[in-house]
Amino acid sequence: MATKASRSAARIMMAPAVILLLGWMLVPLIMTVWFSFRVYLPMRGGDQGWAGFDNYTRFVTSSAFWPSVQTTLIIVLGVLAITVIFGILIALLLDQPIWGQGVVRILVIAPFFVMPTVSALVWKNMFMDPVNGLFSHVSRFFGADPISWLSDASLPSIIMIVSWQWLPFATLILLTAVQSLDSEQLEASEMDGAPWAKRFWYIILPHLGRAITIVILIQTIFLLAIFAEIFVTTGGAFGTRTLSYLIFQRVLESQNIGLGSAGGVYAIILANIIAIFLMRIVGKNLD
Amino acid sequence: MSLKSTLRAATALTLITAGSAFADAHSATITIATVNNGDMIRMQGYTDTFTEQTGIAVEWVTLEENVLRQRVTTDITTNGGQFDIMTIGMYETPIWGANDWLVPLNDLSAEYDVDDILPAMRGGLSHDGTLYAAPFYGESSMVMYRTDLMEAAGLEMPTAPTWQFIREAAAAMDDPANEVNGICLRGKAGWGEGGAFITVTGNSFGARWFDEEWNAQFDQPEWADALNFYVNLMNDYGPEGYATNGFNENLSLFNQGKCGMWIDATVAASFVTGDDSTVADSVGFALAPNAEGVEKRANWLWAWALAIPAGTQQEAEAKQFIEWATSKDYIELVAANEGWANVPPGARASLYETPEYLEVPFAQMTLDSINAADPTNPTVDPVPYVGIQFVAIPEFAGMATEVSQEFSAAYAGQQTVEEALAKAQAITNEVMEAAGYR
Repeated sequence: MATKASRSAARIMMAPAVILLLGWMLVPLIMTVWFSFRVYLPMRGGDQGWAGFDNYTRFVTSSAFWPSVQTTLIIVLGVLAITVIFGILIALLLDQPIWGQGVVRILVIAPFFVMPTVSALVWKNMFMDPVNGLFSHVSRFFGADPISWLSDASLPSIIMIVSWQWLPFATLILLTAVQSLDSEQLEASEMDGAPWAKRFWYIILPHLGRAITIVILIQTIFLLAIFAEIFVTTGGAFGTRTLSYLIFQRVLESQNIGLGSAGGVYAIILANIIAIFLMRIVGKNLD
Repeated sequence: MSLKSTLRAATALTLITAGSAFADAHSATITIATVNNGDMIRMQGYTDTFTEQTGIAVEWVTLEENVLRQRVTTDITTNGGQFDIMTIGMYETPIWGANDWLVPLNDLSAEYDVDDILPAMRGGLSHDGTLYAAPFYGESSMVMYRTDLMEAAGLEMPTAPTWQFIREAAAAMDDPANEVNGICLRGKAGWGEGGAFITVTGNSFGARWFDEEWNAQFDQPEWADALNFYVNLMNDYGPEGYATNGFNENLSLFNQGKCGMWIDATVAASFVTGDDSTVADSVGFALAPNAEGVEKRANWLWAWALAIPAGTQQEAEAKQFIEWATSKDYIELVAANEGWANVPPGARASLYETPEYLEVPFAQMTLDSINAADPTNPTVDPVPYVGIQFVAIPEFAGMATEVSQEFSAAYAGQQTVEEALAKAQAITNEVMEAAGYR
C-alpha cells in the first residue's frame, strides 16, 4: 500500500517525464497560437507585427477552406467504410482453418509496414500511371481505354491507396475480436437452425462492436492529418486538397506562417470536436 | 610543474591539435541540393573529379523540381543551414539576393571569366547588378518534333510555327493505334511545371497575369482563348492523363517514341537526341509557337543556377565548387567524355563560338530561343512585373501553384475552362489584396 512518502516520491520521480511531455506538446501549440495572431511573412522580411483575428477570418473566408474540409471528411469516411467492411470480411476469412494460415496472415498485414510515401510512389508509378502502369495495361488488354486514375478519379484513388495501408490494422484488431468469440454460442445457434447471415448479424457483429469503435477512433485520429499520400500523388490538385494540405500550402508554398498557423488552430479545434464526439460513442460502447 | 606533467600536457596538446587538424582535413564536405534533371545527374557523376582536384567531398540531395523548391525555400527562410549550395532559378535568385540570403558572387576568379556568361542569364541571376547565382545551364523553350512522322504526314515544320500549324501537325501525326500521340505538353500542377507552360502559352495568345495596376487578368478573352486552345489540343491529340505530366514524364514519353511533338525546355534537346532516346535520329527543332497575329512566342527564359546560402560554414569550398561546375573547363570535361551535344547549354557565350558545338543540331535553335526571350517585356500588353513564365514577386510561387492546380483540374475534365479561370481570378486577386498590391 502506498504511503504518503512513497506517493510523493513517485510524483517527484515522474515529474521530469511529465514536464518533458507537456513541454513537447505545449511549446509547439503555444507557438502556433502566437504565430496565428502575427503577420509573419518570411519572404517579406519576417514578423511584421500584430494581425488580430485577420488570419483567422482570411483562412475561413478563402475560397479553398470549405472544399478542403469536405475533402478531408470524404477521405476519412471513405477509408473508414472500406477498412471496416473489408476488415471484417478478411478477419472472418482468416479465422477459418486454412492451409498456410500463418503466411497468409503475414501477407495481409504486410502493407502496414510500408512507409506511406513509398506505398504512394509505388501506387502512383507502378499501378496508376495511365501510360506505363499495370492498371492501364490491364485496361488495354481488355480493349478498354486506360483510366487516368490520379487525375480523373483522384479522390477514389487516394482513398484506395490509404485504405490499402490501413486495412491490415483494421483486420488485425478485428481478427483478435473474432477469435475471442465463444464458439459454443455459434454452434448452439447453428444447431437451432439459424442461417449464416443471421448468426453474423445477431452474434458476430455485436461481438465486434467494441473492436470496430476502436478501429474507427484510432484511424480517424490518424486520417484527419493525412498528408504524405496526397503530397506524393497529386500534390493537392484535382480536388484532393485536405485541410492539412491547405495548411501546408499556406505555410510552405505561400510562405505565410501567420495564415497557416491560424489554419493549424482550426485543425486542432476540428480534430478535438471529432475526438470528443468519438470518445463519447466509444465510452458508451465500452461500458 | 614537474617535467612529467609538462610532458603530459604537451602530449595532450599535440594530440588535440593534430586531432583538430585531422578533423579539418576531412571536414570539408559540402552538401548540395539539386533537381533530378539529366544535366545535374551527369554533374554528380563527375563529383569524384572535383574531389580529387580539391580534396573537398560532396554530398548530394537530389529532388524532384517541386519538392526541391519547397525544401530549399524552407531552408533559406528558416535559416536552416542544411545546404552549402542550392540549385535555384531566375525566380528565386533576385528575391533572395535582395533579402541578403545569398552570398554575392562578385569575387569569382579571373580565369572563371564571369563576363562570358550570357547577358540574359547574368541579368536574371542578379539583384542590383550583383550576381547571386552562377548558371549551370540556361534554357528557353522550343518545339521538338519527329522528322520521320512529319515526313510521313507530308508536312514541313517551319522555323517559326504558329499554334494553328502545331494543331494541324498534331492531328496529322496522332496515331493512337500505334501509341503515338500528336503532341505531349506539360499539365502537372506546380508553378514551375504546368504553370510555367500555360503562362507562356498565355503570353503567346496575348494574355498576361496582371495589368499595370496589378489586377488579375484571367477574366480577359485572351486567357479563355489560350486555355481553350490548349485543352482542346491536348484532349484531341495529347497522351492519357496529361494533367499529371511534367518535364520528366514528357521526356520519357518522347524518348519512348510516344509523342509526335513536344514543346518544352531547350535543355531537353540533348536527351531526346541522346542514348536513352529511341527516336534520337529523327528529331527536329523549331522556335516555340505563337498564335496568329500575336508577336510574342511561347518561349521562356530560365537558368538552373548554383547559389550559396548566407551563413554557410563552407563558403570558400562552396565557391570553389560553383566555379568548377559552371566553368569552361567543366564544359570541356563533359565534351571530352560524352561529346559536345551533352554539355550544359545556354549559360556561356563562348560555347556558342565553339565550332564543334555549333555543329550540334540544336545549338543554334537554343541560342535563338534564348535570345528571343525578353523578361522585361514578356507580354503583348505592358505589365508591372519582370519574368516570362513567372512573376518575380515573393507571393507568386504559392499563388501560381494554386492557379495551376485549378488549370490541371480543367485538363482532367473535373471542371470547365471557365470555372478554372474564374477560380484563378479569385485566388490571384485574394492574394494580391492580402499582400497590399491593390
